[in-house]
Order: sequence, then C-alpha cells, then structure tokens
Amino acid sequence: MNPTRLTRAGLLAYGILTLAFLYLPLVAVGFASVSKSRYLSFPIRRYDTGWYAEALASDTVRDLLLISLKVAGIVTVVSMVVGFFGALAFARYHWRFRGLFQKLILLPIFFPQTVLGLALLMWFNAVDIVPSWHTAVVAHLVWISPIATLIIAIRAYSFDPTLEEAARDMGCSTLQILREITIPLLMPGVVSAGLFAFLLSWGNFPLSLFTTGADSTLPEWLYAKMVSGYSPLVPTVGILTVAGSAALLAVALIAPSIVRMWRRTPQA
Amino acid sequence: MERLDRRLGALCATPMLLLLGLTFLAPLVVVAAFSIMPEKVFDLWHQPDFSAYVEVIRQGYWTSVAWALGMALVATVILFLICWPLAYAMAKVYRRFTLVLTIGVVLSLFVSENIRLFGWVLTLMKGGLIEGHLRAWFGTGFDGLLYNVPVIIFGLVYVYLPFMLFPLAQGIAMIPDDARQAAYDLGASRRRVLWEIDLPLAAPGIVVGGLLTFVLAAGAIAESKLLGGQAVIVIADDVETAFTYGQNWPLGSALAMVLIAIIGSIAIVGVSRIDLDAIMGRRR
Repeated sequence: MNPTRLTRAGLLAYGILTLAFLYLPLVAVGFASVSKSRYLSFPIRRYDTGWYAEALASDTVRDLLLISLKVAGIVTVVSMVVGFFGALAFARYHWRFRGLFQKLILLPIFFPQTVLGLALLMWFNAVDIVPSWHTAVVAHLVWISPIATLIIAIRAYSFDPTLEEAARDMGCSTLQILREITIPLLMPGVVSAGLFAFLLSWGNFPLSLFTTGADSTLPEWLYAKMVSGYSPLVPTVGILTVAGSAALLAVALIAPSIVRMWRRTPQA
Repeated sequence: MERLDRRLGALCATPMLLLLGLTFLAPLVVVAAFSIMPEKVFDLWHQPDFSAYVEVIRQGYWTSVAWALGMALVATVILFLICWPLAYAMAKVYRRFTLVLTIGVVLSLFVSENIRLFGWVLTLMKGGLIEGHLRAWFGTGFDGLLYNVPVIIFGLVYVYLPFMLFPLAQGIAMIPDDARQAAYDLGASRRRVLWEIDLPLAAPGIVVGGLLTFVLAAGAIAESKLLGGQAVIVIADDVETAFTYGQNWPLGSALAMVLIAIIGSIAIVGVSRIDLDAIMGRRR
C-alpha cells in the first residue's frame, strides 16, 4: 500500500520540524553571541560583535584552540591507521575470534564517557603518568578509534575479496596487495573516518574532563564556564568552535569536486 | 588461502586489541581494584576490604541509580515513538530528503553536546528565547522551564535522537516491501501489518537503537547538570562527586562498578544477540 500524498506531505513536514528542533538551540546561542549586554536576556536589545573581537584577541582562547587542534589532529591520524587495520579484521578476514573482536569494539562506544575518563585517570595515576593533553589524546582514542573502525568496516564489507586473490595468484606479495588494492579501495572510508574522528574529538568534552590535567580543551573550558563562573564569552567561543567544524566540513565536501575539475582540465 | 586469511585477520586486529587492552580493559581492572580498597586511599597497596560497597548501600545511592535508569527508560520509549514514523519515512517514503535529513542529523552530532544543551538553557530559561519573547509580545511571561525532571528527559531525548533514528531506519530498510504488500493483499489491517510484519522484521534495528539510547542515557551526566540544575542526582553525577569533591576514590570506584555492572550486562546481553554482519550489510 503506497502512502497517500497527504501522508507524504505530513512526513516531510515532520522531518523538517525534526531538523529545526535539532538546530534551535544553536540559533539561541548564535543570538546570545552577538548580544551587547554582559547579562543576557531575550529579546536582545542591542547587537554587537564585540565579544568576537575579544575572543579572537584572547590568549586563553588561543591556547585552548591550540590544544584542541593538537589533540584532534593526533587522534585523527592514529584512529585512521588503527581503524583501517581494525576494519579489515572486522569485516574482511575470516579468523577465529572475529565475532568476539566485533563485540569488543562496540563496548567502548556503549561505555559512559565520563566514567571512562575517570577510569583512565586512575589508570594513569597507577602507572605514574601525569595527565596532560597527551593523556587526553589516549582517552579520545579509546572511544573514537572503534567508531573509525565501524565507518571503514562499512566500506570493507562491500569489498570484493576476489580482487586480492587474483593479485595474489599473479604473484603479488601481501604488502604489494595492501598498497595497490586494499588501501586505494578503502580510501574513501578511511577519509570519512578521519573526518569523523577529527570532528568528534574537536567537540568532545566528557572524555577530556578528567584526563587533560592542567591543560584544557575548548569544549572543556566551555563546560567549566557553564557550570560555574559564567562568562559572556561562552556563546561566542561556542559559535566559533561550531564555525570551525562547519568550515572543515565545507572544505571536505567541496574538495573532491575541485580535485575532479582540476584533473579534468588538460595540463599544459 | 584460509590459513592466510586467519593469520592476516589476527595481525590486523593487533593494533586495536593493544589499544583497547591498554586503555580500556586495564583501566577497568584498576577501577575494580580501587573499589575494594579501604576509604580515601590513592594507591593500591592496602589490605582489600569491601567498605566502599557497604557505604554505597548504606548511603542510599540506589535512588540515584533508580533516577538514572528510570529517566533513561522513559527517554528511550519516547524516542522510539518519535523516531518510528521518521525512520519509516527515511527508509520507505522520502526519496532525496533522506540524504538531507541524514546529513543534517549527522552534522548536529559534531557540535559539542554541551554547546547544544547550553543553547536549550538559553532557549528555555526565564528571560530566554521563548519566555523573553512571549513577555515582550504579550506582556505575560512564566517561570523558566528549567530545573525539573521532565526537562532532563527532554534533554536526553534531544541529545540521543540520532542514536535511535539511524538504527531504526536501518532496521526498517530490512523489511521487504513484498511481505507488507502480501499481508495487505490478504486483507490484513494496518495495525496487524505493524504488529506482525513491521515490528518483528525491524527488530534488529529496534534492539540496537533501544540499547544504544538506553545505555548512553543511563550514563549521561550533562543533561541533569545543565538543564536539570541538580533537581535530581544521577549515578554518573555521584561518581564524579566522589572523585572530585569527595576525594574518595574507592567510593567513586565502587559507584562506578555499580554503573558499569548494570550498563555492561545490558550491553553484553544485547550485543551478543545481534548479528553485526547482517546489519552492516555483508554481501557474501
């Protein structure tokens, strides 16, 4: 039974409403970030971009930005590599403990992140490691590399193993097969996993909360200011971090078509 | 070929296993070890006792466990009801809009959870986006909508919507259209098709979605802190307090073990029943 036109329209409206619901709070933060007064109250009477100038000039914000970037950058690279091999073990090869491995990977994703952060803090303490942003990288990896693995695994499932077998029959070594066949075929998955890894690390705060020691990431600073000692910079810095992710996503979405155009134009 | 497959599989799994062993399983062992240490110690070289667990029971921490699980359950049920029509539409009705909705929902995940919840605080508070404008336009306002239990559940529903929506849509996509068509041709009512075709065939998606949302919501902390303003204390909050203000690691560890035991057993039972290969689309 096909849905009637009315049902179709109703469901479309429902979908649009859901999207609006998801983004409404960001609209409120956006308005708050351009309010002139120090104590926020709606409706906003005077608009001003002064907080942006202040946030961009602030040393604290620059330090936070640098640490967030370093953490997200390292997390991205490591989880791409670990996730690539993990996905092959997850989806491609039939080995003895594959079922167990698949389930083990899901566990960290299900785990409450704050508690995971605390557990890591105790573990670092037990082996005498002083927490800093380096340990936050480790904390992010526990949660993000399984997600990267799942994303690459989706690609690895649609991968035709006979290609590798053919190459092997032609006399390729395992390393050659990896370089010439497996990596190029899984590359789209690896790139999107990297994008996810960066953005999830960039926005994550429950894992950083206890594992950064004296350092602090952007989301962590925001959370601290929200819970105690409100600063009018909170909405502004919040919008700036969102703008950072949006810019990266825009680049990631546009880059492939630019590369294609560039390839198509004949090289002189 | 088969032997090679096995060797390569184990080899490829090694980096991930090392990572998870050192940074996931080992910390859990440390938490378990700390939970049986005497009160307020910061290393593991003490005579083990179970005083922390006694404390957990005596101090009545079960109420915060009950709050966390209860609110997570309500949020999961609400999310299922909200997401079912939407997931159904994504899998069977929308054409291009499925992609738009998918991208839109995924993008919202990249915005830090605390910024989005903070946005709701600004929207719902007294003098916020809703109340402030109502008062400016109609002259009458109301007290803010924050700091109660329903708003915490609202926050959980908001944050975990994607975790219900996507597995449900995936599950519904697995229902063959022929089965529904055949049921209708044989005279089944809509309700009957829902009960006997749609729900059973979409069950893997329902299980994954329900499990994810429930488990994540049960361990959530930011919703009750930012939106609920300590109207109720949830177990994850107790764990944090024991570690930070309380400076009592064994108590915090024992509380964490309670949370881990509940969430872990639900997750393991659930995860062991689903076939990941089928859900993620193995072709062979």
